[in-house]
Amino acid sequence: MPFDISMHIAGLNLRNPTMLAAGILGMTGLSLRKVWNAGAGAVVTKSISFQPRLGYKNPTIVDVGYGFLNAMGIPNPGVYEYVEEAKIAISEGELVIIVSLYGNTPLEFAKMARIVETAGVNAVELNLSCPHVKLGGMEIGTNPTIIDKIVKTVKKHINIPVFTKLTPNISDIKTIARAAEDAGSDGIVAINTVKAMAIDVESGRPLLANKYGGLSGPAIKPIALRCVYEIAQSVNIPVIGCGGITDWKDAIEFFLAGASAIQIGTAIAYKDVNIFGEIIKGIKCYLKRKGYNNIKEIVGLSHT
Amino acid sequence: MSQKFKNIRRRNVHIEDIIEETLNVKTILFRDKFCQLAKPGQYVMIWIPGIDEIPMSISVRNRLSLSGVTVEQVGEATEELFKKTLGDIIGIRGPFGNWFQPNTGNVALVSGGTGIASLFPLIETLIKTSAKIVAVLGFKSLKEIIFLNRIRKLLSDKRYHRIIVTTEDGSYGQKGLATDVVSSLLKKETFKMIYTCGPELMMRRVFDLAEESRTHIQVCLERIIRCSVGLCGSCFIGEYRVCKEGLVLSSEQLRQVKDEFGTFKRDFNGVKMHFKTTH
Ligand SMILES: Cc1cc2nc3c(=O)[nH]c(=O)nc-3n(C[C@H](O)[C@H](O)[C@H](O)COP(=O)(O)OP(=O)(O)OC[C@H]3O[C@@H](n4cnc5c(N)ncnc54)[C@H](O)[C@@H]3O)c2cc1C
Ligand SMILES: Cc1cc2nc3c(=O)[nH]c(=O)nc-3n(C[C@H](O)[C@H](O)[C@H](O)COP(=O)(O)O)c2cc1C
Repeated sequence: MPFDISMHIAGLNLRNPTMLAAGILGMTGLSLRKVWNAGAGAVVTKSISFQPRLGYKNPTIVDVGYGFLNAMGIPNPGVYEYVEEAKIAISEGELVIIVSLYGNTPLEFAKMARIVETAGVNAVELNLSCPHVKLGGMEIGTNPTIIDKIVKTVKKHINIPVFTKLTPNISDIKTIARAAEDAGSDGIVAINTVKAMAIDVESGRPLLANKYGGLSGPAIKPIALRCVYEIAQSVNIPVIGCGGITDWKDAIEFFLAGASAIQIGTAIAYKDVNIFGEIIKGIKCYLKRKGYNNIKEIVGLSHT
Repeated sequence: MSQKFKNIRRRNVHIEDIIEETLNVKTILFRDKFCQLAKPGQYVMIWIPGIDEIPMSISVRNRLSLSGVTVEQVGEATEELFKKTLGDIIGIRGPFGNWFQPNTGNVALVSGGTGIASLFPLIETLIKTSAKIVAVLGFKSLKEIIFLNRIRKLLSDKRYHRIIVTTEDGSYGQKGLATDVVSSLLKKETFKMIYTCGPELMMRRVFDLAEESRTHIQVCLERIIRCSVGLCGSCFIGEYRVCKEGLVLSSEQLRQVKDEFGTFKRDFNGVKMHFKTTH
């Protein structure tokens, strides 16, 4: 029997509440289609910058056993070239595509947002949270004033929904989330990776070429869950949970913590893109077994 | 999760032997239980501390219980790898990727340059399953020939196997391109499978010839590889991740990506780089 798990979030109609996380696959239009065809409710692209970026040298990814450390350095072909990839993804009828943007200034974020809006994408996600790329020497995602400026500027220039992705590398994530909400953000994505590193004991060198990077995967799930729980308590806009989700139980935990949708990244290395189908099936079974009619009924349930 | 994914964790190995194949090609051997069990066509990521981490096909699996890769010196990382000597440490991850599917009956192998290194383990497997093997080995010139003696040893039974060497300058074997040989072979004979590894334009030509003669083919591709576990998306051709769903693609898969295969690959930033046609 078909069980409806579609979700309406910030003006987007999602056939289900699972999304591909930013920076995973997503370099090409066809790669986004692959994930969509595997069942994701929406796909988020690689973070795109105005100019092309080569990214860092290898090693850019290190398996640390309980997750991955990565410092890719936001490799991407630049917004103008990437728009062509986005169009290839869009040409797949119903596909819901969210473009992740990484800018140097508020205006640059806004210009890119307009370019991708014109191309026909469904929403943008502002990457204000990459732990290993800096803007003017400062980590942009830790400063409420900068967040306010960027979100406001982007909102002024486009009509499609704007999601703001936050870093966990901060003492009080609630303040940042509120800043994004006050500036007009249509939703919060939490979390990006946790700043971390690993060292090779033989050579005595850091394993990542960039020395430090971001931790993702099962290791960060409890951190992500705590962040989503705190944010859900402090804002009224939808929260999209991300970080270490590897099976349906993880997904349900995030809904109970207050997430309206979830994003999946690292787990694709363990289970490949089939993970979307697996998690969707698991969510349906859970709702049925517990006697719920839809996901909305369990969003934030752990707060009561 | 843990057991299945152990091979993807980086480990340090000592270089235990080095074979100098030509002036700028070396086979570097190390001891690693995962690589020893690698399937033909699989690759490893080699970390040169402080420099880079690069993909290399496994060319040796069990030479006195050592495994190895055959490295052509082309830039910074391979140059640093060339400076390494016996006892030095390198980091490895893998083996990664799918592998060549062995076939019975009449099969052809087509290599260009150092591509023969990744086909070598396949020959070891094929002599156990295939009745007849034709190996067409293309090189630029005599001084770039590698692996020929080892292959001669494996395919020594001339009743069944043939080796055809081509050089572009005619300094050894037949003068010309490996693809010319393939073209004339396909006019006279039928093959159950063609396996090829080498420059992409050569492989595209072999694919086109195979399609014309309705012959199945398996092609070993190269793309930019970073994570090698199918996460980062640097290595896409069509809907396939070369790092995980490749390196080896079949005729059916190649038909799906025929607009990209032999036309362009992507740079580190995802920008399309078109292959240069020299002819
Ligand atoms: C799956 C695979 C298997 C390979 N097997 C072999 C092999 O068995 N023997 C061999 O000699 N070479 C092999 N190569 C090519 C080898 O990886 C490159 O020659 C090497 O990375 C060059 O590094 P460099 O720093 O010396 O040169 P650079 O000057 O830095 O690079 C030269 C060229 O090498 C390629 N390259 C560099 N880094 C990467 C990367 N991370 N992924 C893919 N391509 C890269 C790029 O096309 C670049 O333009 C293989 C490549 C791939 C993708
Ligand atoms: C290889 C890799 C690349 C990533 N690139 C980006 C990126 O470009 N932009 C971004 O906002 N987040 C990026 N992330 C972070 C993920 O989107 C996600 O927030 C994080 O990995 C936690 O989720 P996970 O545990 O499910 O992977 C990247 C993560 C990984 C592992």
